[in-house]
Amino acid sequence: MSELFNRKPETGAFFARDRAWHPPAFTPGYKTSVLRSPQRALLSLDGTISEITGPVFGHSMIGELDNDLILNYARPGESAIGERIIVHGRVLDERAKPVAGALVEFWQANAGGRYRHKKETYLAAIDPNFGGCGRAITDEEGRYHFRTIRPGAYPWPNGVNDWRPAHIHFSIFGHGFAQRLITQMYFEGDPMIWKCPIVGTIPDKAAIEQLIAPLDWGNTIPMDSRAYKFDIVLRGRRSTMFENRLEGN
Amino acid sequence: MQELGYLKETPSQTAGPYVHIGLTPNFCDITGVYDSDLGTAMLNDKTLGERITVTGRIFDGAGAPVRDAVVEIWQADSAGLYNSPSEMRGAADPNFSGWGRCPTRAEDGVYSFETIKPGRVPFKDGRRQAPHISVWIVARGINIGLHTRMYFPEEAEANAADPLLSRIEHRERVSTMIATRDGATCHFDVHLQGPKESVFLDI
Repeated sequence: MSELFNRKPETGAFFARDRAWHPPAFTPGYKTSVLRSPQRALLSLDGTISEITGPVFGHSMIGELDNDLILNYARPGESAIGERIIVHGRVLDERAKPVAGALVEFWQANAGGRYRHKKETYLAAIDPNFGGCGRAITDEEGRYHFRTIRPGAYPWPNGVNDWRPAHIHFSIFGHGFAQRLITQMYFEGDPMIWKCPIVGTIPDKAAIEQLIAPLDWGNTIPMDSRAYKFDIVLRGRRSTMFENRLEGN
Repeated sequence: MQELGYLKETPSQTAGPYVHIGLTPNFCDITGVYDSDLGTAMLNDKTLGERITVTGRIFDGAGAPVRDAVVEIWQADSAGLYNSPSEMRGAADPNFSGWGRCPTRAEDGVYSFETIKPGRVPFKDGRRQAPHISVWIVARGINIGLHTRMYFPEEAEANAADPLLSRIEHRERVSTMIATRDGATCHFDVHLQGPKESVFLDI
């Protein structure tokens, strides 16, 4: 499972998470959070080796079409219906260092806002050529990219008339288990973003802006696909300047 | 004055009810994209160590099982080494990934891992931590993934001296991090909220 890179592994503990930047657990505007949010304070712990380490996945795991949602579920000769887009970006840490070898997984609804999931009951049609999942591993500069169709907005039973903005879910592994992150990417200019109770769980407008991918005209392929850029920042880590030696067991 | 120049971490959002599409597509009948779901096999026949099953449920504040969560675990091998590039103390068992992922079942909310009992690993000051498995939980309604740990009931002495467990101020809460054991099966329930609320970590 491990992948060797030509550079010194990092062993520093992670910067403390800024939990005023992230959404708090209890956000009653997003109703399901009411009974799924811890009420007691978290127990804080400066990362030990259990948190500093984490799984790293090999590029060999990735199939040829894993980052092509237009084709990876489609029947031979067919493709998913919708606005063709490329999503690309870098995974960096808080020190702006690229995170190489990071597994990025993504999932989304189809062009009509319909998820391929048995619990989903929205009346918009399933696209027989669209599954909705993909994955990529970042290169040495932290870059990833995938091709997909732009997902549609979709209604959900929260308020009487709540709709999710168009979004793509992201799951990211850095190099330590404490960097584990799941988030959602939104699209530049979507007026639905500012009406959404899930977006609204994030208290700081600047933090919300960090989840909005701009249209990347420069990388748009003429007569083929538009492009959006979505950079992801994981927790940075200390440089182990005066840390206790972890091997001093 | 100079600027530190740090970026802000990308804010978390809930994994939502359809997290399985992305993390365990075969589990939700999206087949043919990946051969198998990532994290379903932690072991093979050559893996060293004592085989155990870790299983349990996640409960919400009303006592109902959470049937749309995904649980990930991360642990050391039987010698107390992590299968990670950041592990500098030696090479971990190549036949053990150390990482697993399992959704809770839609019918009853049960998750389950086939793994091994981990060895002990050091705390930052060199003291030995009691054997433990790191647990991370995401689901609809959880805005940022919840970290906790599972410890072993037969390790009473090591647990009593464990640097993390020792820091839990309300001692009756220590038991929320300790599994119950029935032979090779470790039962580990997590309570998100309420009187039996698990200890969650800011790590």
